[in-house]
Amino acid sequence: MFANSKIAAFAQRWLIFVIFVLIWQWAATVAARTVFPTPLAIATEVRELWLSGPASHLFITSAVDADILPSVGRLAEGWAIASVAGIVLGIAIGLVPWLADYTSAVLAFMRAVPPVMLVPVFLILFHIGNPMQLATIIFGSIWPVLLNSVDGARSVDPVKRDTARAYRIGRLRWVWSVVLPAASPKIFAGLRINLAFALILMVVSELVGSPDGLGYRITSAEDTFDYRAMWAGIAVVALMGFLLNRLLVAVEDRALAWHHSSTRLLEG
Amino acid sequence: MLDVIELGHTYGAGTRAHVALDDVNFRVDEGEIVCVVGPSGCGKSTLLKSVAGLHRITKGEIHLHGKQVRDVPGELAVVFQDYSRSLFPWLNVAKNVEFPLRSAGVPRAERHRRAADALESVGLAHVARKHPWQLSGGMQQRVAIARALAYRPALLLMDEPFASVDAQTRAELEDLVLRVRAEQEMTILLVTHDIDESVYLGDRVLVLSTAPTTVVDTLKVDLPRERDQIITRASVEFVRLRSEVARLLRH
Repeated sequence: MFANSKIAAFAQRWLIFVIFVLIWQWAATVAARTVFPTPLAIATEVRELWLSGPASHLFITSAVDADILPSVGRLAEGWAIASVAGIVLGIAIGLVPWLADYTSAVLAFMRAVPPVMLVPVFLILFHIGNPMQLATIIFGSIWPVLLNSVDGARSVDPVKRDTARAYRIGRLRWVWSVVLPAASPKIFAGLRINLAFALILMVVSELVGSPDGLGYRITSAEDTFDYRAMWAGIAVVALMGFLLNRLLVAVEDRALAWHHSSTRLLEG
Repeated sequence: MLDVIELGHTYGAGTRAHVALDDVNFRVDEGEIVCVVGPSGCGKSTLLKSVAGLHRITKGEIHLHGKQVRDVPGELAVVFQDYSRSLFPWLNVAKNVEFPLRSAGVPRAERHRRAADALESVGLAHVARKHPWQLSGGMQQRVAIARALAYRPALLLMDEPFASVDAQTRAELEDLVLRVRAEQEMTILLVTHDIDESVYLGDRVLVLSTAPTTVVDTLKVDLPRERDQIITRASVEFVRLRSEVARLLRH
């Protein structure tokens, strides 16, 4: 019964996706245009470009080193820096009232700037290359996690604060062992948004200023009218976004097991 | 051991000022349970927070073991009414109980032992690995009590500790408090709005007035130290005392 319902839920989730791909396949076949290849052709292209290497390399081609790895690296690095900085700054601002007073106007302004608009600025500041891309990813994606951390740190229950004070819990331990876990549901919500932001900004930064990576691959394929390769790049970016989000959700489920179970218990 | 002298606390200032405590004087002796009753909104919790050093008092002095309380004293533990908000849901029961001990510099092995002992004495040894939200309200408050016991405070403060549990559980927890007091010779200051509870638990009952609050009277509870939910509550002295407290509260 349990296994059946699990299978049913899985089928339910993927059924629409399969139907969507089938319609896409049909529409692309009927349209028969080179800018609009079928999903099957795109999948074949993905395999040929990146997964047709020798068995000794686990079938991974050398193009992976130039296209996918730099993108993954930048995304991971930019996202990690933005996340850590966002959490640290956010919790500090959330806990120290005068810091919040000084920074609230700046924060409100900064987060209102569409991150993509900073790309030209960073291009001038850093020229083409990794620092420019990292700066774009970090400055564009730090805001959701920072603002959520501020919110999370601020909303620590006053009874927990009194409890910690009555038991003379030191300041560092208070932040690390009470504020951080108490704020973690909001922090994780922020991390998921900033992961999506980071992915977008990774691609954007590679579209305009990069010698390698998926964004670069997509534009150069477009420039040479290699629409299959262009779509293959898009497909890999989408797949990357999907897998990374899944990974983050899995981590969140473990870290916040107490939160999910306790709220489910209260609702139930 | 605890002396409260001319304690006053005013929230805000100017025309908006609210005098919660006006002039509160009392003392608590070693090994005593003193219950504080008062009409709702009379500043009972303000009084408790003042004694705990959780906020700066605006008037008077509080001495614990002869030393003036300016910050949170180390030899003091608090059990709050709202157990679900006071416990940490991300830690299991044993870790909740141990949590304050690490900050108090208790070595690891000793922490484990004290937590196990405290959970044993509140009858929760079997749920040490569960999380607070998996337990009933009464059990959660027992975890909070165990946390206070493991801390081995000279003075235990309890802020309406049984106001959020059902009557049956309340009676059990009252007897639990009496038992651990007898076992560990603890001094307890307990705030409640329940007249019967104050008489049942207290060696003395402190009756407060409405705000601005002063102490209306202190009643000595002349009941045998061994108390019983049915026999004690039916005794002539118990009935006399609770009427007396009720009369004083009506002032």
